[in-house]
Amino acid sequence: MRSIRGILLSLISVAAVPASATELEVSHWWTSEGEAAAVAEMARAFNATGNTWLDAAIGGSGGIARPLMVSRITGGNPMAATQFNHGRQAEELVEAGLMRDMTDIADAEGWRTTVRPLSLLDACTVDGRIYCAPVNIHSWQWLWLSHKAFEDAGIPVPSNWYEFVAAADDLEAAGKIPLAMGQQSWQSAGTFNVILIAVAGKEVYERVYANHDAEVAAGPAIRRVFEAADDARRLSRNTKVQDWNLASNLVITGKAGGQIMGDWVQSELQIAGLVAGVDYTCLPGLGINPIISTSGDAFYFPVLNDAEKSKAQGVLAATMLKPETQIAFNLKKGSLPVRSDVDQQAANDCMRKGLDILESGNTVPDNNQLLSPDTNNQLNDLFAEFFNDHDIDIDDAQERFVEIVRNAD
Amino acid sequence: MTTNAPTRSGKPIRNLSARVATIPMVLTATVVFLGCSVWTVVYSFTRSGLMPRTSWVGLDQYERLWSSRRWLISIENLAIYSFLALTLSLLVGFLLAALLDQKIRYENTFRSILLYPFALSFVVTGLVWQWILNPEFGVQRFIRALGYDSFTFDPLYNPDIVIYGVLIAGLWQSSGLIMCLMLAGLRTIDDDIWKAARIDGIPTWKTYVFIIIPMMRSVLITTLVILGSSLIKLYDLILASTGGGPALASEIPAKYVYDMMFMNQNLGQAFAASTMMLLTVVVVIIPLAYLEFGRKRRHA
Repeated sequence: MRSIRGILLSLISVAAVPASATELEVSHWWTSEGEAAAVAEMARAFNATGNTWLDAAIGGSGGIARPLMVSRITGGNPMAATQFNHGRQAEELVEAGLMRDMTDIADAEGWRTTVRPLSLLDACTVDGRIYCAPVNIHSWQWLWLSHKAFEDAGIPVPSNWYEFVAAADDLEAAGKIPLAMGQQSWQSAGTFNVILIAVAGKEVYERVYANHDAEVAAGPAIRRVFEAADDARRLSRNTKVQDWNLASNLVITGKAGGQIMGDWVQSELQIAGLVAGVDYTCLPGLGINPIISTSGDAFYFPVLNDAEKSKAQGVLAATMLKPETQIAFNLKKGSLPVRSDVDQQAANDCMRKGLDILESGNTVPDNNQLLSPDTNNQLNDLFAEFFNDHDIDIDDAQERFVEIVRNAD
Repeated sequence: MTTNAPTRSGKPIRNLSARVATIPMVLTATVVFLGCSVWTVVYSFTRSGLMPRTSWVGLDQYERLWSSRRWLISIENLAIYSFLALTLSLLVGFLLAALLDQKIRYENTFRSILLYPFALSFVVTGLVWQWILNPEFGVQRFIRALGYDSFTFDPLYNPDIVIYGVLIAGLWQSSGLIMCLMLAGLRTIDDDIWKAARIDGIPTWKTYVFIIIPMMRSVLITTLVILGSSLIKLYDLILASTGGGPALASEIPAKYVYDMMFMNQNLGQAFAASTMMLLTVVVVIIPLAYLEFGRKRRHA
């Protein structure tokens, strides 16, 4: 409906040619309550520049929205700006010349000096030119622990993954699910990648995902990762929910000991009125290796033939990375801002841990930045099966993992 | 039909206006159906990603396809589903039609009721059955509320039987249509045949099996073609009821194609998979249709 209205409105605007305000259609998949509030901040900032933000939200999730966005762009009816995740989802669109080169805006605004970590900009860069504007940082590498569950079981809250695994029997004896985990493939794959970075460390992660090193993938370090993942699937086998927020709810209510999930869980915990450090503990890097990956969202700007709109695209990109926009947007989104020179007073305990890790530079690029969507989805399939079918043993799974890494692109 | 028309030797081209009228359809058939199919097959030998590219890789896409567990699961599911859906919906459809054909009262009403599920889209069907089969608020909960606490019925959540759960929904949806086709077939049978069979003292079931069904051959073939083509493109029902899950347990080929094309951004792999689907159709359905419709023309 919105896109139809958007097309109609843009037709009217072509007919009327308003002198000052230019309307830009911006598509994204932020439709939950908190997300919509966050994107409204961005729209407000853009409207303040004298232009008009035409919201074209696509419900569902990225998996549903991205095909629609891609087909609009390849079909010759592009929107003025569109969300993608940092990384390689839009790579081929850039290579096909469908995306606008934003290097001039980036230079004028000094993105190279203010954006942190720089890998975010690298993920936007193809052949030395910048094609997108990163707007936030989300990290996956968190273990969220419910204090209530551990109190009920009469054991102390663990401080790392291995203690957590050791505590599982006590949790089960108290009638708790040790690890809450939804059954969707992206959650399975995400959990595995978190375990990989925590257990095997930064170097192995980069050897496997950045260099597609099949020998490392077949080696003992990854074997240990699969063993830990085997623990995870054993501990999570009684979770009978599909969605991540339902799994988070088990942690919130103390029915589950913990959950491995990205920092977007914070918004759920906040809405439930829980306080970091009092009601729940967050362990970055599973408490083993405090490393976070920097995934997140970025905006791409399709090539338009309209000079007015192209100019407004530049204004939009610049507005998105202004410090005021960054703080207003990210506070509501629950993510970290992409620049360090913004006011971070409002950050809570867990967010501060994330910011500290970011400052210390203990980050790795997200797997979406290193692997093509094709390879990522093959991994998703593998882990969906591994975590659902307990008959698949570690050797078999690792063999298939090696095969995917060997053929990765 | 046109072959039976008398030839007028005076006119250079017979039925000129009819031929002109078919040109759009002929063009559509060659360009859209044939042309696009050939294009798809050709590009299945490339490593096209999000955009079609002519970088040839030979049979690589097919090798990957046939070593992909997800594809193998998809094929197996489709085979199980097709076989059961085909036999069961023919059986159920024919039984319903035979029962309706007993000159019963309110036949129109029953026919409408039985045909109603077919008026619903597969998406609605899938969603409705997802709720009915959901253990938390569907059949299982209902039976448990009656006092049978250990009753378990969660076909859509059990990887071993999920495809049969989907089958229930599929049968519910398609049986009505099959019934109508069969009923139309039964109505074409001359009453004299029934009378003759009755005079000869042949029991009713034998009349159906040995006389009526063989006479309904062309209706059966039409039904098979309609059913078969709807089976191979099975997609929306799965998506609405299970989304391919749990894990990969109810994946089917059409979903593999879509996911490869739009999620994995790997056109080459998607084309290889759709080429295999096309091949299945060609191998199974075309000879069947050709045999039947070709035979009729020779007889005419």
